[in-house]
Amino acid sequence: MRLDPRITQTLAKALLWTLTGFTLLILIFIIVDISIKGLPHVTAAFLFQEPHDMGRAGGIFSTIVSTAYITLLAILLASPLGVGTAIYLTEYTREGWATRIIRFGAECLAGVPSIILGLFGFVLFVMKLGLGWSVLSGGLTLAIMVLPIIIRTSEEAIKAVPQDYRTACYSLGMSQWQTITRIVLPAALPGITTGIMLSVGRSLGETAVLLFTAGAAPRTPATLFDSGRTMAVHFYILAREGISMPNAYATAAILMISILLINLAAYTLMQRLMKRYS
Amino acid sequence: MGRGKFVERVLFFLALSSIGSLALITFFIFLEGLPLILHTGLKDFVASSHWAPTKGHFGILAMIVSSILVTLGAMVLGVPLGLAGAITLAEFSPERLKRILKPTLELLAGIPSVVYGFLGVIWLVPLIRIYLGGPGLSLLAGSLILGIMILPTVISISIDALTAVPQLYREGSIALGATRWQTVRRVVLPAASSGIITAIILGMGRAVGETMAVIMVAGNALKLPTSVLAPVRTLTSNIALELGYAAGRHREALFATGIVLFVIIMILNLSATLITRRR
Repeated sequence: MRLDPRITQTLAKALLWTLTGFTLLILIFIIVDISIKGLPHVTAAFLFQEPHDMGRAGGIFSTIVSTAYITLLAILLASPLGVGTAIYLTEYTREGWATRIIRFGAECLAGVPSIILGLFGFVLFVMKLGLGWSVLSGGLTLAIMVLPIIIRTSEEAIKAVPQDYRTACYSLGMSQWQTITRIVLPAALPGITTGIMLSVGRSLGETAVLLFTAGAAPRTPATLFDSGRTMAVHFYILAREGISMPNAYATAAILMISILLINLAAYTLMQRLMKRYS
Repeated sequence: MGRGKFVERVLFFLALSSIGSLALITFFIFLEGLPLILHTGLKDFVASSHWAPTKGHFGILAMIVSSILVTLGAMVLGVPLGLAGAITLAEFSPERLKRILKPTLELLAGIPSVVYGFLGVIWLVPLIRIYLGGPGLSLLAGSLILGIMILPTVISISIDALTAVPQLYREGSIALGATRWQTVRRVVLPAASSGIITAIILGMGRAVGETMAVIMVAGNALKLPTSVLAPVRTLTSNIALELGYAAGRHREALFATGIVLFVIIMILNLSATLITRRR
């Protein structure tokens, strides 16, 4: 028996919306559960006190500082590389074997799982180069992790700048480099910033890479060569070893909400850029 | 050398950073792991499930099987849910709703994997233990959590694939009297199939490579799983659980585990790239 196509369509639509609704419910559940159980424990004292007794008491201040150092280092290292790559790919070369290899590299790098990056950072930076479990080793490895994100978004942003801008510059007698630094990059800046923000978001949530490159010392790192426990690693240790559920929830809430806000801001920024030039 | 030429050279070197990093990663993982595979023999390494690294037994078969099963389980949940989400948003929702829902669903990608693992332990594992039996920490729990974690990948790449199908195809089909759903099923989905397959493969890559969430919910037992309720240890968990204290041959064995994982991921990524390129 064949159903009337219109009935089939109604059934199909109902099923599709139910499944989509289910996906949305999962997302809402995650955000609500973490916020409700975590936020009440987030106090000024929690944010600005050092963790005591393995994280059972005290706050998470040192982990916030470690996270900031490592993320900042990763961004400082990856941004020039990523933006440089994007400029090269979009402005300086035609599509050919070189661009294909570079794009292939970026794509594959984006697919490398974080545990592999952790192994790599551990053997190269921690062991071979003798940097030990440190903010520096962690930052270097994270820089490699976020590089493909920065390349992809910067490339999109630079491509979105209308060709007319460049033509106008050349007709005024500006060199290619002047055109890029004075006109194209400023116009693409919101998009490049988006890439950097997404990279910050990705870095904040990373655990597997940092566990084996930055270590888990709960003190505030004094130099680049000290081990630093980031918020995500701290949360993992609290949760896995069942040290303190309230503190785990509170750390997760801060972590999740900051990442979501950063990603949301990044998304809004990119939308605005795309709207302006399309 | 003119200034322009100089700038171009410098940028070219910067541009080599991604492929250079990839080469370095490959080199060092193989440098550290290959000696053990040569020492143990590839067959004993991947075809034995006897893992007792302190006693010189390095068989990772159980972990390979567990990784594959957990990933397949994740696909069973993630692919239908993800595709349904993508089709709903791309084909059946008003433009305004789509503009809100798409970024919202993509937000799932921003939630750190440790948070997924944590919620899995708090909510999912007890439910499985109480209603289905077993320890709760299991293949099933790992699959369900991974299935949710790959949703953003599957959804956002599939949406792009569906949106890339020319509007003319839909109009042609509707003009012939087909319903929207018939159009989607018979015209749009086949036209977008290579993109959707890419989405699924990249989702698989994410599932195979995921570490923290799996460690937290899958139980990490060193046995070939006999049921979906059995605890399992994946390739990624094995590395993460033991790297902290391993030394000598044991550490090499973990890098060798990394080689196997790396090869699986590269095959998945390459096939995704090839499928996309052929389009």
